[in-house]
Amino acid sequence: MVPLGHYLFLSAVLFAVGTVGVFLRRNVITVLLSIEVMLNAVNLAFIAFGRFQGSVHGQVIMFFVVTVAAAEAAVGLALAIALFRHRESLNPDAFTSLKW
Amino acid sequence: MLLFLLAAAVAVAASLAVVLGHNPMHSVLLLIVSFAALAALYIGLDAPFAAVVQIIIYAGAIMVLFLFVVMLLNAHREDEGAGGAALGGRPLAAGAALAIVLAAELAWAVLRTRRAGGSWMGAGPESDGAALQSVRTLGGVLYSEYSLAFEVTSLLIIVAMVGAVVLARRES
Amino acid sequence: MIPLYVAQIGVVVAVFVMLLLAAAVMVYSERKVAGAIQQRYGPYLVGPKGALQPFADVIKLILKEPLRPVAADRVLYYVAPLLSATAAFAAFAVVPFGAETTLFGLIEEPIRLQVADVNVAVLVIFAITSISVYGIVLAGWSSNSKYSLLGALRSASQMISYELSYGVSLASVLIIAGSLSLTEIVDAQQGAWLGVLPRWNVFVQPVGFLVFMIAGVAETNRAPFDLPEAEQELVAGYHTEYSSTPFMMFFLAEYINMVTAAAVAANLFLGGWHGPFLPESLGWIWFLAKTGAILFFYIWMRWTLPRLRYDQLMQFGWKVLLPVAALNLILTAAGVITVGR
Repeated sequence: MVPLGHYLFLSAVLFAVGTVGVFLRRNVITVLLSIEVMLNAVNLAFIAFGRFQGSVHGQVIMFFVVTVAAAEAAVGLALAIALFRHRESLNPDAFTSLKW
Repeated sequence: MLLFLLAAAVAVAASLAVVLGHNPMHSVLLLIVSFAALAALYIGLDAPFAAVVQIIIYAGAIMVLFLFVVMLLNAHREDEGAGGAALGGRPLAAGAALAIVLAAELAWAVLRTRRAGGSWMGAGPESDGAALQSVRTLGGVLYSEYSLAFEVTSLLIIVAMVGAVVLARRES
Repeated sequence: MIPLYVAQIGVVVAVFVMLLLAAAVMVYSERKVAGAIQQRYGPYLVGPKGALQPFADVIKLILKEPLRPVAADRVLYYVAPLLSATAAFAAFAVVPFGAETTLFGLIEEPIRLQVADVNVAVLVIFAITSISVYGIVLAGWSSNSKYSLLGALRSASQMISYELSYGVSLASVLIIAGSLSLTEIVDAQQGAWLGVLPRWNVFVQPVGFLVFMIAGVAETNRAPFDLPEAEQELVAGYHTEYSSTPFMMFFLAEYINMVTAAAVAANLFLGGWHGPFLPESLGWIWFLAKTGAILFFYIWMRWTLPRLRYDQLMQFGWKVLLPVAALNLILTAAGVITVGR
């Protein structure tokens, strides 16, 4: 049986990888993808804890996380489209001035 | 154990490739591979329903949305302003340092936490997973204890739908 | 006595070969039935009554020259047909096609005629259908050509729109059956009411069956919903730039998707392998008959009905089919709560 710590360590590594992507990438779509990586890491932690406690609450919370991630991806991508239409660029550095 | 190592390796490799890749189209597809690896891990954790839901919603719907946007905006041709690779020398080193520090801190927290009966590294599950597999149990808990969250989530989805349509509409 | 794992490997091999042969039979019967509807002979030269025509087609396709446009994405161009074909075969892995059988006493204990007995089988089929969208989208995008991209985007949005009605009509069957496992759903349809009318779900859920069939036709990109690959509008849609073996894989994937959709419909609504006159161990004959009937209906629809325009198709899916399926679900749930199963 794989101990819980292994799953938590994997979740930590994935979370760190996603965080690096959010901070460093200069492309809005890749930033959104990195956020999804982070959310996946959190899902793994929830399901692992649920399994090791013997309750279904981990899976239930995972469903809510997935649903919120779907809503957030939809709105984030719509924002990316709107930004691209205005400035023809997907680089967040092109939007640093407050003037639209 | 072998299944866990294999799926974990695939998940980490695919996530790294997503974050470091220079072509957003390939990043989206590698993220789907990462989701599939995580679904395999969920099946190993006695959560087959969660695994299938992950594939249907995340890999089947959300990533299709990402693909559409990448194709619509021709994002695969966007250059980052840094030539070939997406992350150059200095940012890559800083990013690697950040990731290592974060992962080490989380792992340290896990190792230090005391559970009743020892640390988490040697823990086995408290009960066998047969009850968890029942979708009936899942539905029962979802609609009784979490019914408020359920209704609020449906409201959230409607708001997100309306918001996405309004934001992406052309000004005419 | 054959050991159990050998029998299970035998089932896997048998399913694979059966699917390939089913695709060949579908190609042949499509052309013959089309000929009958259009009052002409179908293929009749190759083999007796043209029965070897699909094999001749396969040989022709394999011997053609495989082309790749220079600007096409090198990896994705070949991954897309593989993904389509793999998803098509994988979806059939959880479809049961017969009762528990010991193959006339050859094996020690009865095995199911199913590659994998998962207790969330219905959802697995749904998940793999979602993955097959990617084969089409990647094919269209990686070909780097206008027609392909347009066809792929249309096809993908059509498939994800009709997946909703597919899922909701499936949910109404699940409410009645009370289980996600396909074997249990089929076993709940045993017997007959009053000894005459078989206890099939189609009589309890006629609207659900109709919605499921329409959504299934749209999901497999068949007429009258085949605008994404229509010859008259889009050259050939997402497989314009493909030739030889990759093209054959798309073709194969489409027919096997049809077979899977028909098999799932037969299991969910028409009682699977239960039927009168035959013993349980020969129930797969009934399964084949029911699946064949649904597939004949698919072919009939293709050569009879005109094609729907893309915006008509999307409006129909969202404004008509989805509300009907949702209403059906609500009424079914209300019925089950008040009356019981």
